[in-house]
Amino acid sequence: MTRSFRYLCAAAAAALAFAQPAAAQQKLKIGFITTMSGPQGVIGQYMKDSVELALDHLGRKVGGREVEVIYGDDQTKPDVGVQVAEEMLKKHQVDFVSGIIWSNVMLAVVPVVTGAGKIMVGTNAGASPLAGNQCNELYFSTSWNNDQTPEAMGKFMQDSGVNDVYVLAPNYQAGKDMVAGFKRYFKGRIVEEVYTKLGQQDYQAEISQLRAKNPKAVFAFYPGGMGIQFLRQYDQAGLRGKLPLYTVYTVDEISIPAVKEAAVGIYETRFWSPDLKNPANQKFVSDYRKKYGKLPVFYGAQSYDGIMLIDSAVKAVKGNVKDTKGMVAAMRKASFDSIRGPFQYNVNHHPIQNFYLLRADKQSGGDIEMRIQKTIFEKHKDSYSQDCKMKW
Amino acid sequence: MSLLFEQLLNGLQLGVTLFLMAAGLTLVFGIMNFINLAHGSLYMVGAYLAVAASQWTGSYAAGVALGLAGALVVGMIVEVVALRTLYERDHLDQVLATFGLILFFNELVAILWGRASLYAQLPSWLQGHVDLPTGAAYPVYRLAVIAVGLSVAILLWYVVTRTRLGMVIRAGATNRTMVAALGVNIRLLYTVVFGVGAALAGLAGLMAGPIYSVQPGMGELVLIQVFVVIVIGGIGSVRGALVGALIVGIVDTLGRAFLKPLLGAMISPTAGEAAGPALASMLIYLLMAVVLALRPAGLFPARG
Repeated sequence: MTRSFRYLCAAAAAALAFAQPAAAQQKLKIGFITTMSGPQGVIGQYMKDSVELALDHLGRKVGGREVEVIYGDDQTKPDVGVQVAEEMLKKHQVDFVSGIIWSNVMLAVVPVVTGAGKIMVGTNAGASPLAGNQCNELYFSTSWNNDQTPEAMGKFMQDSGVNDVYVLAPNYQAGKDMVAGFKRYFKGRIVEEVYTKLGQQDYQAEISQLRAKNPKAVFAFYPGGMGIQFLRQYDQAGLRGKLPLYTVYTVDEISIPAVKEAAVGIYETRFWSPDLKNPANQKFVSDYRKKYGKLPVFYGAQSYDGIMLIDSAVKAVKGNVKDTKGMVAAMRKASFDSIRGPFQYNVNHHPIQNFYLLRADKQSGGDIEMRIQKTIFEKHKDSYSQDCKMKW
Repeated sequence: MSLLFEQLLNGLQLGVTLFLMAAGLTLVFGIMNFINLAHGSLYMVGAYLAVAASQWTGSYAAGVALGLAGALVVGMIVEVVALRTLYERDHLDQVLATFGLILFFNELVAILWGRASLYAQLPSWLQGHVDLPTGAAYPVYRLAVIAVGLSVAILLWYVVTRTRLGMVIRAGATNRTMVAALGVNIRLLYTVVFGVGAALAGLAGLMAGPIYSVQPGMGELVLIQVFVVIVIGGIGSVRGALVGALIVGIVDTLGRAFLKPLLGAMISPTAGEAAGPALASMLIYLLMAVVLALRPAGLFPARG
C-alpha cells in the first residue's frame, strides 16, 4: 500500500497544483508599453501615474476582475517595442496591450498584438495609416490622429485672418504630417517652411532667419525637449509677446514647469485640457493633483481613458475576455466616462471629438497653466477614415 | 549683410561652447591616450549642480561656483576611482567602461532630480538684449557666453604655452615615460588634467543650462559634435580644438541658415526645399570627412 499510496498522493497533489489556476479566476492582465528611460522617460512616468490613478478609481479591479498591469519600456525604438509586446503576449499572456507614445513604435507593435488575436488600445501615437487603410478591428485609439491637432490650429488661424506665417518643424515624418495637417485648413500666405534637425538643441540661427523675414505669426511643432529649448530661446530672443507663436504639442504640462514665463501667451490646440469641465475630468485632475502634487498632461489623460475603455469592455462581457467580438462591440459604443466628455467612435476606431484653443497664462494663484479659450472644431473626424474599409 | 553678421555671432557662440567641451576631451586623449565617452556626463553634472545650487541659495553666482567646483571634484573622483586602472588597457575597454559611466550618471541624476527637465534661471542683468550695430536685438546672455568662452581660450593658451604646468603637460603629451623618469608625478598630473577638463565641461554645461534643457542624457547630445571638433582640429591639440570648434560652430550655423536659400537660388527652389535641411545637418560630418581625407591627423596635429 505504502508505495502506491504515495504515488497516488503525489499524482493527486500534482493534479491539484495544475488545476489550481483554472479553478480560481485568473487575474486580468494588461500590458502597458511606454517610454520609461532616456530623455523622453518623463512622458512615460506621467502615463504610468495616470494608469495607476485609473486603477485606484476602479478599486484596483478592471471589469470587476482583479488586475495586473505589466509595464514595458520601448526606449523609443520600434524593435524594442515589438520585443516587449511579444514578451507580454507569450510570457505574461496578457489580455490587452495598451500605451505607446511614438507613431513608428505603434506601427510596428499593432500587427504583433492584433496578430495574436488581442485588442490593442493606443493611448497616444496617432499614425495616419492606422486611421486609414491599415485600420484594424482589434485596434482602438483613445487619443487622435496626428493631423487633427494642427488642422485645428490651421482652422483657427485661417478664421482669425492671420497671414504671413513662418512655419517651423523638425525634419521627420511627424513634422511633415503636422505641417500638412496645418495647411489643410490654413490657406493664407506662408512666408517660409523650415525643417530643422530632429533633436536639435539650439534654434538661434533659425530665430535670426525668422526675424529677418518679418513674418506676422509663427506656427511651430516641437515636441518634448525640443519644445523646451525652442520656447526658451524664442523668449530670450525677445520675440515672445511681439510675434505671436502658435504651436502644437509644444507647450504642455510637462514643458511649462521647465520653461515657466517663456510659455506665457503661447497658443496651442488640443482635444483636452485640465480645465475641461466635465465630472470625469474634474475628478481625474483633482485626484491626480492630490496623489502626485502636479497637473496631469494629455498623454496621461489618454492613458487614463485607455484603462476606462478596457474596463467598459470587460464589464460588457462579464469578465469573459475570450469573447473578443463582444468586447470590440462594447468598445465601439465608448460607453464610459471619458475625460473629454461623451464621444463617439468613428468607423476606424478613432474618436470623433472636439478640439479647443488653449493659451498658457499666469493664473490668479501665480502658477502658469493652460486654459481653454474657445472651441474650434466640434465633433471633428480625422481625414483618413474614408480609407478605412471596416464594417461595423 | 547684418543677417550674416548675426549668424556669424551665433556660430561663434556655438563654437566656444563646443571648445570648452573639446579642450578637456582633447587634453585627456592627448596626454593620457585615453578615450573618455563620459565627458558629456561631466557637462551634465555641471549643469545639474549649478541649477540645484542656485535654487537652494537663490544666487546665480553660487550656482556657477558649485557647478564648476562640483564638476572638478566629480571629475577627479571618477579619475581616481574608476579610470586609473584603465590607462594600460586598450581603447575598446576604455570605451566600454566610460560608456558604463554614462549610464551610471544618467540614472543617478534621474534618481536625484527626476526625469523632467529642470528650469535654469538667469539673473536679471543677463536676461535682456542689446542692439547690435546692425540694428538686430541680440540676447545679452549669448554675448556673455562668447566672452567667457574666448577668455577661457586665452587663459588656457597662456597656461599651456607660458607656464611650468603647461610645459609639463606638453611634455607629457609627447613622451610620458620620459617625463615620469625626470621626476614628475605623472599620476598627480593626470588627475589634475582630468579635473580641469571636467571643470571646463562643467562650465560648458552650466552655461548651456539656461539655453537648452537640463535633463538626463543632455551630455550625449553635444558629445558627438565635440568628437567631430577634435577630429577636425587634431586629437590632443588645444589649438586644434579651438580652431576646430569655431569652424564647426560657424559651418553648422551658416549651413542651417543659408544652405536652403542658396541651393534654391542655384539649382531650383524644390531642390533647396528637399536637400537643404538634410544637407545642413550633414555638413559638419562632410567637413570632417574632407579633413580626414586631406589631413588624416587633423588640422593641427599634436605630435609631429
